[in-house]
Amino acid sequence: MHIAICAKQTPSTTAVLAVEDGKVTWSDPGGSPDIANPWDEYAIEEAIRLKEKHGGKVTAISMGPEEAREALKTAIAMGCDEAVLVSDEAMKGSDTLATSYVLAKAIEKLGDVDLVIFGRQAVDGDTGQTSMQVARRLGWTPLSFVVAVDEVDAEGGTVTVTRAIEAGRQKVKGPLPAALSVLKEINEPRYPSFKGIRQATKYMRRSLPIWATADLEADSSKIGAAGSRVRWLQVYALPPKEGECTMIEADSPEAAAAELVDKLLEEKVL
Amino acid sequence: MGFQLSEEQQMFRSAVRALAEKELKPRAREIDESAEFPVDLIPKMAEMGLLSMAIPEECDGADVGAISIAIAIEEIGRVCGSTGLSVAAHTSLGCFPLARWGTPEQKGRWLPLLGSGASMGALCLTEPGAGSDLRGVKARGVRDRGDWVISGTKAWITNASLAKVLVVYLQTDPEAGKRGYSMLLVETDRPGVTIHPKEKKMGVRGSPTHQVSFDDVRVPAENLLGEEGRGLQQTLETLDGGRIGIGALAVGIAQGALEEAVTYARERTAFGRPVADFQAIQWMLADAETEIEAARLLVRRAAWLKEHGQRFTREAAMAKLYASEMAERVTRNAIQILGSYGYSSEYPVERMYRDARLMTIGEGTSEVQRLVIARQVLKRY
Ligand SMILES: Cc1cc2nc3c(=O)[nH]c(=O)nc-3n(C[C@H](O)[C@H](O)[C@H](O)COP(=O)(O)OP(=O)(O)OC[C@H]3O[C@@H](n4cnc5c(N)ncnc54)[C@H](O)[C@@H]3O)c2cc1C
Ligand SMILES: Cc1cc2nc3c(=O)[nH]c(=O)nc-3n(C[C@H](O)[C@H](O)[C@H](O)COP(=O)(O)OP(=O)(O)OC[C@H]3O[C@@H](n4cnc5c(N)ncnc54)[C@H](O)[C@@H]3O)c2cc1C
Repeated sequence: MHIAICAKQTPSTTAVLAVEDGKVTWSDPGGSPDIANPWDEYAIEEAIRLKEKHGGKVTAISMGPEEAREALKTAIAMGCDEAVLVSDEAMKGSDTLATSYVLAKAIEKLGDVDLVIFGRQAVDGDTGQTSMQVARRLGWTPLSFVVAVDEVDAEGGTVTVTRAIEAGRQKVKGPLPAALSVLKEINEPRYPSFKGIRQATKYMRRSLPIWATADLEADSSKIGAAGSRVRWLQVYALPPKEGECTMIEADSPEAAAAELVDKLLEEKVL
Repeated sequence: MGFQLSEEQQMFRSAVRALAEKELKPRAREIDESAEFPVDLIPKMAEMGLLSMAIPEECDGADVGAISIAIAIEEIGRVCGSTGLSVAAHTSLGCFPLARWGTPEQKGRWLPLLGSGASMGALCLTEPGAGSDLRGVKARGVRDRGDWVISGTKAWITNASLAKVLVVYLQTDPEAGKRGYSMLLVETDRPGVTIHPKEKKMGVRGSPTHQVSFDDVRVPAENLLGEEGRGLQQTLETLDGGRIGIGALAVGIAQGALEEAVTYARERTAFGRPVADFQAIQWMLADAETEIEAARLLVRRAAWLKEHGQRFTREAAMAKLYASEMAERVTRNAIQILGSYGYSSEYPVERMYRDARLMTIGEGTSEVQRLVIARQVLKRY
């Protein structure tokens, strides 16, 4: 079985973001400012577990600038067999519509993929759209919000999963190939091992293929800003939260509580 | 000259930090209070390679090199001194001598067990009557019809209760002076081996420390580790590496304490402003940051020398001496910055202070480090 995962490099969850003249920058004094999107680690883990159970291989795909390799490095370090960076100047400014087109093209180029797994959403873009858009573009079974992969029957060409829905859980079976987006409940991602890390840094230096628009035989009007329907009109930092602390002094807890309620009503909190 | 960690080292550091933050930090207080080593985490640490850092790849080890070992121990120490000490002892005192002097059979038999954490590594040097004075040990190994018969008592042995095999330093020939000592491997299930109850300690309470007695324990000749008569030299070489580990652990503990102190100093107000605004507090923070950085550089340089096959006895002693005394100051000041809360077990800095206190004693006291350094100084100039 050939499983693909899509993973995005994002700012670390502890990064400090700044916006200046509409440009976003970030840094992280505690470590690496860029990481693999945390949700995607669950996708990677699930793919590796399926491979360990059914055999085959796992290929990680990421779209991003040339230097955006954290997601792929993590994927290899955790145990993915191969990785592909999809990168081209022309892909700059992609919204999810353009991103999903490029990712679908890359999956097609891999050729024999049975299952592609996504994280639920990216911690920066946060739309949660990309996975299902890719499913739609490929015409594959879309299975979102998956909390368990119950069965993969490669022979019979079906996959059975449990999805989280508002009212509870839903067990569904569909034909392969399929595209899954997974929730954190699905597993506990392993830590990259030191051997994996060694392999990953070697792989990034020596073997990482980089596919550009031409390699994908993609339609250049559908990628990057040209292929996007969303424009960033304005980017600004949230105003800093301001607050002040008032101590309520009263003779008894009851009196203090009453005073607190009055204040909350006054501020229209209640 | 380069001060950058390699890409691989940086990634390893992030991975160890992730494990430490998620698995160890939330439990560090309980590990200290219960004085129980978190044995349930052994498989996770092993899978990552944290228990095979000093085991060669051909024995299925991660063989990460001295710098990465220092990085990993620092990261673990930053959140949990107890786990840091046990991993440091496992790596530098347990795995290292086996990997360095083991025969192919010894390595094949024991290193996979150590790397998987099925056995934690332990080295028995100290005795109730002799610590710093390695030539003062009384435990004996005597040849008897092709076997060795071991008798004596070792004290303060880290990880002994988690070990399936001990590396034991013994006097094997009282007539031979410096060449009268050897290392023997002793399986803990041999008749005559007794691992006594855990010592009750001030700090690093979750790292199990035991007295071990050997009552005419018989082991076969093939349990000799390294060369007969070379035990003292082998021990000194082992301790050189171990000191880098203790230095790294001290840096980690101090780093953890500094981070706690900064967070607290920003939040706590006195006289209408955060205590971090007071210069007296800022000076303590500035000194801590500076001294931690200095210690880290000493540790990393000693590790770099080791990794590059150069002599590092002097550098390891300096790193251990400075880092351990620095950690005591930094954790002491962290308590000062937190005031009464610093003195309370509700906050981690008092634990860090107690943990740091060991660092100037274990694997050679500060006095012994100064002795080692002074010897080198007098030779040098
Ligand atoms: C006008 C505009 C300009 C933009 N310019 C850029 C730009 O120049 N460079 C840039 O990187 N982003 C850019 N973005 C952001 C980018 O479009 C989105 O991040 C991307 O389309 C994914 O959307 P999302 O982050 O909401 O991911 P989601 O849909 O929330 O992600 C769901 C899952 O899809 C997968 N996934 C998402 N993105 C990728 C990816 N890139 N590679 C592999 N897998 C992925 C992951 O598995 C992820 O968990 C821009 C967005 C807009 C609107
Ligand atoms: C938590 C813990 C874990 C330990 N783990 C291990 C372990 O795994 N394996 C192991 O073998 N040991 C272990 N030890 C023992 C430790 O290595 C010794 O305690 C240490 O080497 C000091 O020996 P000592 O306690 O016998 O002190 P002593 O050697 O009796 O020293 C007493 C005092 O005299 C000073 N002193 C001694 N000689 C000199 C000198 N020549 N010049 C100046 N001052 C001197 C010392 O610095 C010290 O201040 C551990 C100890 C502790 C507390």
